[in-house]
Amino acid sequence: MLILTCPNCGLTAEESELAPGGEAHLKRFGPGSEDADFEGYLFQRANPKGVHFERWRHAYGCGKWFLAARCTVTLEVFGTYPAQTTEPPTEIVNKIKAKRPDWSLS
Amino acid sequence: MFNSVSALPGAFSAGAATVSEAGLVGMVTLKADLTDKKVAAAVFEVGGAKIPGQRCIEIAPAGAIAWMAPDEVLIVCSHADAPGVVADLDAKLTGTHHLAVNVSDARVVFDIQGPGAREILAKLAPVDLHPDSFQPGELRRTRIAQVAAAFWMTGDDAFRLVTFRSVAQYAFDVLAMSAKPGGEVRYF
Repeated sequence: MLILTCPNCGLTAEESELAPGGEAHLKRFGPGSEDADFEGYLFQRANPKGVHFERWRHAYGCGKWFLAARCTVTLEVFGTYPAQTTEPPTEIVNKIKAKRPDWSLS
Repeated sequence: MFNSVSALPGAFSAGAATVSEAGLVGMVTLKADLTDKKVAAAVFEVGGAKIPGQRCIEIAPAGAIAWMAPDEVLIVCSHADAPGVVADLDAKLTGTHHLAVNVSDARVVFDIQGPGAREILAKLAPVDLHPDSFQPGELRRTRIAQVAAAFWMTGDDAFRLVTFRSVAQYAFDVLAMSAKPGGEVRYF
């Protein structure tokens, strides 16, 4: 069972109260961009085995989006942070590095 | 004119606790910047209580004010007062970015009362309802079985639950089933 803390309402919500939103921190390529960039934005995902940054929505709670850093292998959650964040916060990156010395933010 | 009718008039079930439909209840959703002093003043003047803290509910003379999201409160009032509450909020918040909507008829309200009330809800919602964790004054938006719902405590062993009118029968049925004699867990 995946349990995430929603930074918008402070609740520890379990997976069934949340809706997954896929990979976080994607760079959007909209109208006027190269076809290859647009395709990459739409379809190319890192899908790592290990540390992953994700979007989640507290669908049955406050209804707001937030971001989470977790490990796709162990389901260990490194932290959650507001959706209005363009890159992983330093605090969370440091936390992951402390636990996964081989990992680096690419 | 038409007469408003609640979703399941008179629905009642007795078991480990009683489940009953509360009839017509007025509810107004207000979306606005809750940190704005003008919004707080309008809510206080119209709703009769201050804006509650995160995930809390303030009991007002005519109902309650509930924190629903960082930018949303629910004002509970009498069904007949709801249109007036919307008009008052709109008048007081002219020029301030906000949205006030009367959602009374989109909802259904159930009262769950009795010694087994905590247990009945705990069986349906992924929420820690132990008395050490959940007390009057808190509002929890969550799901019961497969539908979205919000509930708060109106006293010891008494809950008020709000869900969508379109799933009223389903919500009543799962609550009544959860309360059936023989299904007691007696964990709390």
